[in-house]
Amino acid sequence: MAEPVGLFTDTSICIGCKACEVACKEWNQLPGNEPQFRDSFDNTGQLDAQNWRHVKFIERMPEENMTVGNGQAWLMMSDICKHCTHASCLEVCPTHAIVRTEFDSVFIQQEACNGCRACIGACPYGAIGFNEDTGTVHKCTMCYDRLQNNMTPACAKVCPTQSIQFGKLADLKDKADARLATLQRQGNSKAQLYGRDDKIYGGLGAFFLLMDKPEVYGLPDKQNAVLPRRNNAGGYLGALLTAAVALFAGAIALRRNGSPAPEETQTVDRSTDG
Amino acid sequence: MAEHFVQAPQWHWYILFYFFLAGLAGGSYTLATMLRLFGADRDQAIARMGFLIAFPLAVICGILLTVDLGQPFRFWHMLVNTTPGEGGPSFKYWSPISLGSWVLLLYSIFTFVSFLEALRNRTSRASAGVRVFNVIGSILALFIASYTGVVLSVSNQPVWSDTWTLGALFLASALSGSAALLSWFAESRSETNGTKRRLLKADGYFALLELALIVMFFLTLAGAGTLSVALAGPWSIIWILVLGSLMLPIAALFRNRKAYDRATDATMRLGPAGSFALIVIAGIFLMRLAIIFSAQSS
Ligand code: SF4
Repeated sequence: MAEPVGLFTDTSICIGCKACEVACKEWNQLPGNEPQFRDSFDNTGQLDAQNWRHVKFIERMPEENMTVGNGQAWLMMSDICKHCTHASCLEVCPTHAIVRTEFDSVFIQQEACNGCRACIGACPYGAIGFNEDTGTVHKCTMCYDRLQNNMTPACAKVCPTQSIQFGKLADLKDKADARLATLQRQGNSKAQLYGRDDKIYGGLGAFFLLMDKPEVYGLPDKQNAVLPRRNNAGGYLGALLTAAVALFAGAIALRRNGSPAPEETQTVDRSTDG
Repeated sequence: MAEHFVQAPQWHWYILFYFFLAGLAGGSYTLATMLRLFGADRDQAIARMGFLIAFPLAVICGILLTVDLGQPFRFWHMLVNTTPGEGGPSFKYWSPISLGSWVLLLYSIFTFVSFLEALRNRTSRASAGVRVFNVIGSILALFIASYTGVVLSVSNQPVWSDTWTLGALFLASALSGSAALLSWFAESRSETNGTKRRLLKADGYFALLELALIVMFFLTLAGAGTLSVALAGPWSIIWILVLGSLMLPIAALFRNRKAYDRATDATMRLGPAGSFALIVIAGIFLMRLAIIFSAQSS
């Protein structure tokens, strides 16, 4: 197995140019969705079958009476499948179509996927989309074909500010730590790393430096980064208890002498009436 | 409070009808077995009906699940691992869809055998061997009627993943709907009047259980902060209809026997034959509709 590689996205230097989105579509031959006008510079909307990179614009406009230098800037974040170490999508996939590759990335085998879409409802980041034409689900492959040929994923290759960096995970973590320390020294007290350690889904193959809390970027925090299988035990146990109670009640109601036959009813009725 | 940033899996009408019919398929088989084990000789005609409908319903369930897939001809990928270099059966006990695919296959075989047995065996009682077979089939039936709720919960969707109650709720409602359905069959013949009465009594108990679970469902969602999603817009109206339909078997249960008979007979006389059953069954359909669609429209 090759050494784990990954992507480190430093949102503090993202300029929202969307070169990553374009490069991703170019390389992966994604035609994209019909263009839409939205009430935002974000005209991509979400990650889906056509958008494997999505530059989020978190537009928190200053109040009118805000003094100069006191307003909040836009936050930008080039979102992507996180290639989770404990991946919700891989966990629920019933066909084994979703696998972990030799690079430690999470990959959907198109020939195996039968389009049940369980992974879409499981991915806590909304990273997977269904393509009606192929009848299967799609997401970022971390440019698996490029990795196999010792090439950098298209998004990282093209990013003009090096907001997206590709490399060995261990090296990327060192870089991220250094960058965080710099930002904190500069007084950015809210700056934080997301998915660098194992607290979020056992660590993310695509991790981030954020300038605010994860929720602000539409990312679940530590408490909410939970796997679907947590609900198996409660779900089945509830059903089991219900089955026990229902079978008991049903047996009482349906048993032979539980309710007299019509003829018997009449006799009972007559005797009570009389 | 639970946070959700997930997308909807677009499980819509096929899945709704699958969940609905899987409930009736599982519930009918279970109740038919119970009538066989605990019922009188004259109940056996309705037990037979239960076995006769379980198989076609299970077949329709398989078809609905298949056509819902983006690649229907790859339905067998649920059972066989097609990853190059791996092969072998595809089985993940922690994935309810995977487990459910295997159980549905097995259950279809059980319902098929019971279907053939019911075709042959007119009204006489079943042998001990057949009864044991039916009991095993009923365990699978109970699973089929309930695991669909667990499929929803084992996700990160709002509402679905915020409660442990869905498997339980789907099971209680499946039994209630199936009792109503079988009582409808019993309605048409005078000799099965007693069977009808017992089934309606059972329905009352199942409906009570379902009501308690609906309360638990709402409480767990309130705790997770997603009750507003489940009750948004039209869904609150659907829930009122669901609760209304539940009141019918429950109200009937709480009368004394004479009034109970009169109440159930009156409901049946109110409309065309089967109106009682239809209202109860519509309720379990609407409940699944509200749960499936509300979480995906947020
Ligand atoms: S981000 Fe979503 S799609 Fe990517 S590995 Fe994690 S769960 Fe799977």
